[in-house]
Amino acid sequence: MGLDIRLPIGLLFSVIGFLLVAFGAFSDKAIYQRSIGLNVNLGWGALLLIFGIIMVILGRRPGASRADDGPSESDAGHAASER
Amino acid sequence: MGLTSIDWIIMAVYSVFVIGIGVALKRYMKTSTDFFLAGRSIPAWVCGLAFISANLGAQEVIGMGASGAKYGIATSHFYWIGAIPAMVFVGIFMMPFYYGSRARSVPEYLRLRFDEKTRGLNAISFATMTVFSSGISMYAMAKLMQTLHILDTPLKSVGLPLSASFHISVIISAVVVLVYILLGGLVSAIYNEVLQFFLIVAGFLPLVLLGLKDVGGWSGIKRQLPTAYTHSWQGMSNAHTNPLGVEWFGLVMGLGFVLSFGYWCTDFLVVQRAMAADSMRAARRTPLIAALPKMVFPFLVILPGLIAIALPAQRPTLLPSAHGIDTMNGGTVMGQGLIPPKMNESTGQPMLDANGKLLLDYDLAVPNMLVHYLPTGLLGLGLTALLASFMSGMAGNVTAFNTVWTYDIYQAYIRKDASDQHYLRMGRMATVFGIALSIVAAYAATRFNNIMDFLQLVFAFVNAPLFATFLLGMFWKRTTGHAAFAGLLSGTAAAAVHQGLTLPVGATAGIKGGWLATVHTYPSEMAQNFWTAIWAWSVCMVTTILISLVTQPRKEEELVGLVYSMTKRTSEGHLAWYKRPEALAVFVLVLALILNIIFW
Repeated sequence: MGLDIRLPIGLLFSVIGFLLVAFGAFSDKAIYQRSIGLNVNLGWGALLLIFGIIMVILGRRPGASRADDGPSESDAGHAASER
Repeated sequence: MGLTSIDWIIMAVYSVFVIGIGVALKRYMKTSTDFFLAGRSIPAWVCGLAFISANLGAQEVIGMGASGAKYGIATSHFYWIGAIPAMVFVGIFMMPFYYGSRARSVPEYLRLRFDEKTRGLNAISFATMTVFSSGISMYAMAKLMQTLHILDTPLKSVGLPLSASFHISVIISAVVVLVYILLGGLVSAIYNEVLQFFLIVAGFLPLVLLGLKDVGGWSGIKRQLPTAYTHSWQGMSNAHTNPLGVEWFGLVMGLGFVLSFGYWCTDFLVVQRAMAADSMRAARRTPLIAALPKMVFPFLVILPGLIAIALPAQRPTLLPSAHGIDTMNGGTVMGQGLIPPKMNESTGQPMLDANGKLLLDYDLAVPNMLVHYLPTGLLGLGLTALLASFMSGMAGNVTAFNTVWTYDIYQAYIRKDASDQHYLRMGRMATVFGIALSIVAAYAATRFNNIMDFLQLVFAFVNAPLFATFLLGMFWKRTTGHAAFAGLLSGTAAAAVHQGLTLPVGATAGIKGGWLATVHTYPSEMAQNFWTAIWAWSVCMVTTILISLVTQPRKEEELVGLVYSMTKRTSEGHLAWYKRPEALAVFVLVLALILNIIFW
């Protein structure tokens, strides 16, 4: 399919990660009583943001849709030509 | 519930992406193959994640957490015994026939291998089942939204009664799923399943980590709970010495063989994801790749249940809602840990079992964990993950339904020789009426709970013998169509008779069994279910073999590509050994074995 799935995944997690980081940076400490005192919005949000950015980069690489199958490229090509 | 704008924004962002994916895919939907089979163009890892997510509906997430709280780590048998071996088998041995035969659906494989009546039986029962499953998914989601009071604040602010919550949840989920499948067909469904996979990990991993830190890790759980909770195999030699109430043979044969192989190897809902793969090798690797995350999912979905029950009961409540959503009843009735007591909806009183013991509402284990540990922000993400799994659970059923309806019912019996564009249009229409029927089923579930239980029982009877038919069909060329058809019917009948003659201990005759007579009592409902499946499978197997021997087999040349002994092995000799599906399969099995040993 023409749309590389990693793009929407990457964008979604970048946006969610960014929102959580921004919210975590300015939120009231009291709400983290639930999460045993940890500002999980900031920490987990940052991880999600990094994951999102990596997925966007992978999804935008030229020829990315095949590249993830790296070593099997010849195999995929072989099967495609059989069709 | 304490949701704030950040939670709503996260849920809204997710909805925009879901619809956006559909819009972006619309221009690729040119032929019926694009719509129903994703153009057979999806890479293995995407199919693999969709394969597992299609099965990971929210009922599964909530149910496995509930079961973790009720039975402990033994619930992992549903993964390590009840899924992994079957996933390896379908990838290594069965995918060559599903993918290689170019069948467009599982029922279509049955027609190629056997005959029209066997296909018809499978197609009609499967199509009915998917519509109901999707309806039940919708019902469960709407019910959860109501229980957690998620829509209360927005409803109040626009002046609607709180009772509208159920209807609004049904409408929103139906519209979202309808739009993204109409636009992008199976690709949309698969892409959203992959999205859901990552959302579940993103939403549940922090929950598990926080919970574990709070109870003092695995050793903390071990200290808090009886040993049976933290061992999966101890006490399995006898049905009375383990929490599941099943002995090892019933577990391995019933769950690990009949039920698990019957589901993972023959259910078109999951097999369809592998059929969408871009090559034979990708199709074979799909279930194997899926097996890797499947193996560690117990830590994501079962562990929250264990943590919820292990927390000290008299824990100071940060939130009154943590212990029971509308259950506190003046603060006098306490559940255990984060699990509230089960309440009788009409009397508002906690429910007791036959021995006067308080019943716990295990289904609230996971939702209460979310509310208990996740602060606003991350809570929005956790709820989004739940909503995503409800919706992709529906979407998975709807895409399987529209394919089977269009190819195996409409094209087979109603209109044989129409253009491809005609079938593409029919697929879109089937999506609309499939969802409409799901809505009807969701409302039926609110009114007639018994009918739903009854239908699920009937589906269980229909599914139980299926794997015997496929096994014989794929690996014994002598198997005939008449035999397959008779075998399926006799297996279903055997399941019904076995259920009608047995009862789980403590149950009364009726939907739980014993409606013919009670000749045997099982120590648990689970044991009864496993043995019903074993009986159904065995009767189907024997009947199919016997009738095959007295009926005319098909010519051997017609079976090329459909039966093991008549099919050339897929040559993967040019690949290095570690790139072959077989190597991955061995790796997966060894990992599963190690996990079983660790949690012995």
